[in-house]
Amino acid sequence: MFKLIQDTLISQVVTLWNVFRHLFVKADTVEYPDQQPYMFPRWRGRIILSRDPDGEERCVACNLCAVACPVDCIALQKAETDDGRWYPEFFRINFSRCIMCGFCEEACPTHAIQLTPDFEMAEYKRQDMVWEKEDLLISGTGKYHDYNFYRVAGLAIAGKDKGEALNEDKPVDVRSLLP
Amino acid sequence: MEIGSGLTIGLILGTVIGVAAMLIWVERRLLGLWQERLGPNRVGPLGLFQVVADMIKIFTKEDWTPPFADKFSFVLAPAIIMTVVLLSFAVIPFAPNIGIVDSNIGILFVLAMASIGAYSVMLGGLSSDNKYALLGSLRAAAQMVSYEVFMGISLLGVVALSGSFDLREIVHAQEDMWFVVPQFIGFVIFLIAGVAESHRLPFDIPEAEQEICAGYHTEYSGMKFGMFFVGEYLGLVLVSSLITVLFFGGWMGPAFLPPVVWFALKSGVFICFFILLRAAIPRPRYDQLMSYGWLFLLPLSLLNLLVTGALILMN
Amino acid sequence: MAKIIVDGVEYEVDSDNNLLQECLSHGLDLPYFCWHPCMGSVGACRQCAVKQYKDADDEKGMLVMSCMTPATDGAIISIKDQQAVQMRERVIESLMTNHPHDCPVCEEGGECHLQDMTLMSGHNYRRYDKKKRTHRNQYLGPFISHEMNRCIACYRCVRYYDDYAGGTDLAAMASHNHVYFGRHQEGTLESEFSGNLVEVCPTGVFTDKVFSQRYSRKWDLQAAPSVCTGCAVGCNTTPGERYGELRRVVNRYNSEVNGYFLCDRGRFGFGYVNSAERLKVPVRQGDGQQEELDANEAHQLVQRLDGKIIGIGSPRASNESNFALRNLVGDDNFYAGVSAKQHAANQLILELHRDAAFHVPSVREIESCDAVLVLGEDVTNVAPRIALALRQSVRNKAKELAESANIPQWQDAAVRELAQEDRSPLAIFSNYASRLDDVASDTVVAGNQKLVKLGSAIAAELAGESASAGLDEAERELIGRVAQQLSSARRPLIVAGSSARSMELIKVGANIARALGKRSGNVIDFALLLPEVNSLGLSLLVQKDKDLSAALGVMESGAAKHCIVLENDLYRRAATSEVDAAIAGVDSLIVIDQLATPTSAKADIVLPATAFSEHEATYVNYEGRAQLSYQVHRNHSAARPAWRWLCENPAQQVEELVDRCAESVSAFKGIASLLPDLNSMIAGMRVPRQSHRYSGRTAMKAHVNVHEPKQAVDSDSVMSFSMEGIPASKDATVLGASWAPGWNSNQSISKFQDEINGKLKQEHCGELLLKDKQASGDFFNVTADQSDANNGLEVLPAYQIFGSDELSAHAPAIRERMTDAYLSLSPQDAEQLGLKHGQGAGIAGTDYVAIVCIREKIQPGTVAVYCGTEINPHDLPERIVLNANADIAERGIRGLIVSDLLEESY
Repeated sequence: MFKLIQDTLISQVVTLWNVFRHLFVKADTVEYPDQQPYMFPRWRGRIILSRDPDGEERCVACNLCAVACPVDCIALQKAETDDGRWYPEFFRINFSRCIMCGFCEEACPTHAIQLTPDFEMAEYKRQDMVWEKEDLLISGTGKYHDYNFYRVAGLAIAGKDKGEALNEDKPVDVRSLLP
Repeated sequence: MEIGSGLTIGLILGTVIGVAAMLIWVERRLLGLWQERLGPNRVGPLGLFQVVADMIKIFTKEDWTPPFADKFSFVLAPAIIMTVVLLSFAVIPFAPNIGIVDSNIGILFVLAMASIGAYSVMLGGLSSDNKYALLGSLRAAAQMVSYEVFMGISLLGVVALSGSFDLREIVHAQEDMWFVVPQFIGFVIFLIAGVAESHRLPFDIPEAEQEICAGYHTEYSGMKFGMFFVGEYLGLVLVSSLITVLFFGGWMGPAFLPPVVWFALKSGVFICFFILLRAAIPRPRYDQLMSYGWLFLLPLSLLNLLVTGALILMN
Repeated sequence: MAKIIVDGVEYEVDSDNNLLQECLSHGLDLPYFCWHPCMGSVGACRQCAVKQYKDADDEKGMLVMSCMTPATDGAIISIKDQQAVQMRERVIESLMTNHPHDCPVCEEGGECHLQDMTLMSGHNYRRYDKKKRTHRNQYLGPFISHEMNRCIACYRCVRYYDDYAGGTDLAAMASHNHVYFGRHQEGTLESEFSGNLVEVCPTGVFTDKVFSQRYSRKWDLQAAPSVCTGCAVGCNTTPGERYGELRRVVNRYNSEVNGYFLCDRGRFGFGYVNSAERLKVPVRQGDGQQEELDANEAHQLVQRLDGKIIGIGSPRASNESNFALRNLVGDDNFYAGVSAKQHAANQLILELHRDAAFHVPSVREIESCDAVLVLGEDVTNVAPRIALALRQSVRNKAKELAESANIPQWQDAAVRELAQEDRSPLAIFSNYASRLDDVASDTVVAGNQKLVKLGSAIAAELAGESASAGLDEAERELIGRVAQQLSSARRPLIVAGSSARSMELIKVGANIARALGKRSGNVIDFALLLPEVNSLGLSLLVQKDKDLSAALGVMESGAAKHCIVLENDLYRRAATSEVDAAIAGVDSLIVIDQLATPTSAKADIVLPATAFSEHEATYVNYEGRAQLSYQVHRNHSAARPAWRWLCENPAQQVEELVDRCAESVSAFKGIASLLPDLNSMIAGMRVPRQSHRYSGRTAMKAHVNVHEPKQAVDSDSVMSFSMEGIPASKDATVLGASWAPGWNSNQSISKFQDEINGKLKQEHCGELLLKDKQASGDFFNVTADQSDANNGLEVLPAYQIFGSDELSAHAPAIRERMTDAYLSLSPQDAEQLGLKHGQGAGIAGTDYVAIVCIREKIQPGTVAVYCGTEINPHDLPERIVLNANADIAERGIRGLIVSDLLEESY
């Protein structure tokens, strides 16, 4: 009987009292448009495509962001420059579908696609939410300043021959039998 | 001002509906405060015009009747709840000279109206031809029928003490002492039953959003939904007014304020209390609600009546 | 049946196989690299280590390579054993020490066996921090990219390219960890089967260059089971589409037809589908004016033709299109769109097909034949996949030897070592040196008359008659040898066909096969090759005397008011003058085709047709096997499948048409069984063409309209143009791209086979239409026509894998490998005529000019003419006179790959 009263009455009354006391606590609300909130650098907002420290496009059109995207809102097409660099011929994000989950950034092997603290992306026309590569590409390196995929990868491109990537030996002379 | 005059009726009707509408804003603001946020504060000063915005929205929304619904009862249901709750206000004594009718069966009338209200919910759920709506209306019927029982019994103590079903008489009978003191248990039971009757949180089991969508009004939209919505707030105002009248001396209070203000203040406190309930208490399970009612509240209310009767006889 | 125990579970196995193969057959996951289902084991990569226990009491066990250990009865092994797991992890860690950080920019990424195996072995962190070995890449031609850094030295490429496909220009070079797989110098890979390197290489060393130019990951390709339309073999393929373009074609396993491999024509010849020259709208033309027609209006126009209409079918159109045309114009007005000679050959072949004495073998069966005689066919260039099968057939000798020496067949290196140059007999009688000569036991290069004479002699020899008339000593010896080889073989095979344009050669082939059959009492394998994908299907639909000459005659006489030409270029089928005269004789000429042709240029109405990947259709291959090819993607122009233009109902469904065809044409009785039943699918759900990882659905069309369109509905088949439905995880009849958890590469096919190299689970290998045999016929009376051999050179048709097929010749990649028309001459004739290699030569009596190509093995007095796209072969007389002409080399014959060129360069 006491247990029942404890459960049904006393604890409820205590709860009521505790909640009531919150009337005198300052609200946590940030009154957004009047008051700009502090955005953390790793906030998952508007998606950008960054460039490597040499100013070249970082994206190599590997399609991993597209396949990681749970709402399938990224579409791109691989193309190749004459020197063997892969780049996206077009790169499209349909922000009207994007859920800002950041999976694309996690999947990106070259730090090309990054989410930024900008979240103010509302548009009056849905069509304006479709962003192409020209809209996405920024001129900086984003959050990762030093990484350059092609300095690590084995692919030869202009200015970096075979054997010149990170941790690579000079190309082998196939005709030599020396150990 | 005169009881039953056209002016009074008009004023009461306007005020009651106005208050119910304002509750949309009051509730959201209060919930906000209790949850350490601000609530709606964008439309107009303090967000007061939120109500207007909501009204415009609800009036201009598409009023969709599903093709599979039973048209007649589907339309009838929300009309019933509005009507019966508004009718209940007819017997409420707001002040010595403010009221619509002075009935000597006031309490019975209110209880009768509450019973008819159950039909609204049931019809709404049945006519929707939707499994969630049906579940909601089944729950509502069980809940309202059950809680009406001890709602009535809990009031009998008050009736016994005042010797009248007339709400004005009851108020007058409290000149020496508010009935909340001798009838504290009755008050608590009536409070709980009142929440259940108006299916407000924590007893909003018929429309439990997380379990069964929105229960009996799943298929409703536009102004038909709005009538259910406002009907619920009207119910809230009604229950608060009844508590004020039955247990807290109605309009009576120190003379520096007019009686109607006292009435409004007292009712306002209870309205806020109901909102606090919503903010604080989680929803019980359906079976818990039923067993709590029948196994705990019913014996308690009978006991209360027994003791009250015994004491009156002893005196 | 032997039993083995793997991790405590008992499995029934075939003790002739090795443990790895049996484990995979039973669906167990065991990593491997060097083993390939078609090439056996060499034990090079050490990746498939398992623990083997001596008996139930043995607790220590020992590590063995499962691919090198026979699945003996009672063997107890453990895949999960900690030591075995660790060994596999360490092995792959070592293999990965030099692997570059390339996956994002590697075409193999996402369907990489190395990625799968690395993950399966549990190696996920690189500990080796020393320098990586690097290599320079080579240019390997327009088909294959080379990226040697990625190599893990499993040797699969050379084992496939050299040992399996008989290539000579890819080799393992250098030593230790410098080992290099490439050519001795940069240049195009010569083998006609080089494209399979892409699928054989477990990682990204050899990748598809054509695909790379318009690249998409495997999971992004919309794919469906299809059939190659490059030749009459009917290999099964999986074309993949993305953004409305056909991106690539890969092999689709069919245990009876192509197995694991395709030829390069099939793999890279799809490019015409994306061509900007594709016909897009119905057009009414005339007097140099062109007027675009509304599609429905054009359809009505075809349906409302008045007066007598004749229809000319096509061997490169599907059964449905031909059948629809036949229905529209009536049986009596439906003509085969092939030359009179070809039509006669087709009808003869059809007759032989039905002869109870012969069996036309599947590609799989050809591989198991142990003595082969090829009569007049250039198999590599006419039916390439069969050439690869013939190359395997000569290895039956090695298998025999291995069996007698008690060496299991899967011990690839040991079997090859044992057999050395011992091969099963393969005699090739051809007009010019073929690409199979390196494995042939006897080769004869001669004109058709000589071949007929020699063939008849073999038939006579086998029939026990005197055969020596008119033969010299060497020839008599040859005849005796070949006859002996054929008659003593367990399963002899005669290969003949229409490409030498000699009815006599086919008859001789039949006589030899019949003689063999009479001798042994068996049904003899007799492979009859046809030139085009649906040659046989068309022949089954056409009356015997309705060839193109008859059609042209009717047209010229003015008896026909309208003529509908279905997917056909008449200027490739008959002499130019005849076609011109015929077209002038009809009121209106209606041409339905994919690409503009000289015929469509003269048409009054041109209707665009969909290409092979854009419609569902059935084709009948050389052995009478009807196969269903699904639609892969939609064509967004006004092009329709030809049958939609021809049937009264513009929304005609193909399945209904197939059913009608099965009902009304007796030969097609079995074809309806090809159609899968939607009711047999789970809850009527369709089979998605897109993989469960298909990306970009909500963005790929967003630039056009952000409001996504409804998913396209395929009313024709059980497949859907979306990711929705139930994937064909176990039903291989609708299996496009194979995938299994943990197996993203094409190696996942083992999960769909009932056993390794066996049938696919619930596979439909196609329906053999000519199963019902008639009584066996009699010997043909063959007389080699002795025309006077003094005027000019005997014309022999020559073929090229890249260029002889009409449609694939429009593919950009194939074009890079094509040569101009050339004339193969013997050195003697060339000297006599004063012609030099690489020089232009005019053909007297015509305007044609071609390049002289001097070959050692051409019989003097004959000239093998490769017509390319420039020369209409029907304009050439049977004997031609050549005269020297100015140099005309555009492409020239650079890149021509034949074994007996007199001069390497010119």
